[in-house]
Amino acid sequence: MLDFIVQRLVQAVFVMLTVAMISFSLFQFVGDPVNNMLGPEATAEQRLAARETLGLNDPIPVQFTKWVGNAVQGEFGQSYRMGRPVSDLIAQRLPATLELVAVSALIAVFVGVPMGVYTGLKRNSFLSKIFLTVSLIGISLPTFLIGILLILLFGVTLGWLPTFGRGGLTNIGNWETSLLTARGWSHLILPAITLALFQLTLIMRLVRAEMLEVLRTDYIKFAKARGLRQRSINFGHALKNTLVPVITIMGLQIGALLAFSIITETVFQWPGMGLLIIQAINFGDIPIMSSYLVLVALFFVIINLVVDLLYYVVDPRLRIERTAGAH
Amino acid sequence: MSNKKPVLEVRNLRVEFPNRRGNLVAVDDVSFTVNEGEVLGVVGESGAGKSMTGSAVIGLLEPPGRIAGGEVLLDGERIDNLSPEAMRRVRGKRIGMVFQDPLTSLNPLYTVGRQLTETIQTHQNVSDSQARKQAIDLLAEVGIPAPEKRIDQYPHQFSGGMRQRVVIALALCVNPRMIIADEPTTALDVSIQAQIIKLLKRLCEDHGAAVMLITHDMGVIAETADRVAVMYAGRIAEIGPVKDVIKNAKHPYTKGLMGSIPVVGHDLERLSQIEGSMPRLTEIPRGCAFNPRCPEVFDRCRVERPDLIDVGTSRAACWLHDPASAKKTEAAE
Repeated sequence: MLDFIVQRLVQAVFVMLTVAMISFSLFQFVGDPVNNMLGPEATAEQRLAARETLGLNDPIPVQFTKWVGNAVQGEFGQSYRMGRPVSDLIAQRLPATLELVAVSALIAVFVGVPMGVYTGLKRNSFLSKIFLTVSLIGISLPTFLIGILLILLFGVTLGWLPTFGRGGLTNIGNWETSLLTARGWSHLILPAITLALFQLTLIMRLVRAEMLEVLRTDYIKFAKARGLRQRSINFGHALKNTLVPVITIMGLQIGALLAFSIITETVFQWPGMGLLIIQAINFGDIPIMSSYLVLVALFFVIINLVVDLLYYVVDPRLRIERTAGAH
Repeated sequence: MSNKKPVLEVRNLRVEFPNRRGNLVAVDDVSFTVNEGEVLGVVGESGAGKSMTGSAVIGLLEPPGRIAGGEVLLDGERIDNLSPEAMRRVRGKRIGMVFQDPLTSLNPLYTVGRQLTETIQTHQNVSDSQARKQAIDLLAEVGIPAPEKRIDQYPHQFSGGMRQRVVIALALCVNPRMIIADEPTTALDVSIQAQIIKLLKRLCEDHGAAVMLITHDMGVIAETADRVAVMYAGRIAEIGPVKDVIKNAKHPYTKGLMGSIPVVGHDLERLSQIEGSMPRLTEIPRGCAFNPRCPEVFDRCRVERPDLIDVGTSRAACWLHDPASAKKTEAAE
């Protein structure tokens, strides 16, 4: 178990270094930041001075090492556009995105899994058919359209919910949270549903397919032949066996939630990382872009590690084979 | 025959699979009894309806399959018309079942101990520690070494033969009256098959369970069963004491089956075989279902379907043994 974690951590370091290299290469290949920062009227001396202070005159390997060293300490340089440290900007925006993603993921899991189980068990019920039909909409409609439709319905027509930005924030240390007030939730709920809908339908369909598969297996038949209670068969024996693929997909999808949050945040003007990166891309604000890249990669690596560890918790077969192989 | 009490009685059982073009009849007018302490072998080719009969008895037909007629009685009490919940209480407690493939019969995510105690506690009101003690005793009884240790292991840590022992322990854990063993050794190595069959037979004797042993292996039947039912295309072709059926088969199909068993010491050039194959359920011929392949076929077989006819100690569904048609063939010759 421990050497498995160590092994995965070593792999993670390599992944992160590769991503760092790609992020860093943005600086080399995407235009000259000095032009962007100083504008066309700057003199040659000003340009040279700026290059010197930004460390752009060092040899590239030196720049890279410095950059990685700084990044490890949470130091990603200055935003070209806003002239503030990128780490501050990110620290300010990150809570908004993480809360949005977390709430969406929870909605997707806690609504998607029960719906999947229900449609798997009651294949022919009317409600199952409605779920499946509606889930097609969730899968096929693009996120931004769902967001706009929700705004139209709940924000404009019914006027129940605010349509943009965060509100009702409370501070816990440096963390601005919207989870503690009703107003905060009223701002959060529409973007969270928008972001969750695709994942929710995906999880529902996956759980359903897996349930149908597992319910056909011999061990379920044998469990029935032993007279076990239906509830125990469905939720103890069957559902647990569907979890490995579901965990895999959910892990990947949390990454996708981060990625899709760019669109949702733009639609709802949600002041998170997604909005930050969109604005940075429009402006060519490379320090923000590259650090976003590194950060998202870091999230993916962490999520994958957690998913791998969850396999161990769920499936005893992996536990044994690993330890057997390691000794 | 024995004057013991019948444990399982199946009367005129009919299993149908409704589909778009009507009903497929998978089991047609099957009747048999299994007495206390008796092993009834059920043999036949794939698709003859053996497993379907077993599933129907224990109430686990896969939909859309359903019992369309007949009765199933356990200790004289009808069980084919019970509510799903009442039938669930019968399963495991009064009828146990052992399936073909021990590798897939156990839930891979639970320890064998948990699967045993869950089954015990579903049917008996015992404490956790009591259930665990019973589970360890059962594992010891089915011949698993170091059961105190093995009980906390997962199915994948057991070999195929050991897993089938666990499966048998699971089927027997609350002392059912009746065990349906559906091809219990087919998936196992030949060297282990005999062990498992012996174990199954001994345990069923010890626990006082009657056995319905479904297999296509005549060797297993010859060693284990007291009586045997030969099935063909959803019907019983012949049923009787195992010695009589093997030594002195009455139905041409049974004769053919016996001819296809290799016998050590008999220096036959080649084994005899039955020409053709069993008809599909959609294409069962008129008259006797076996008539297109039967070497002794005559006119009546192509028109009228034979019911079981008493022939000595056995019963066979064959017009050869009907006194009326016997005369007719003589007259024709």
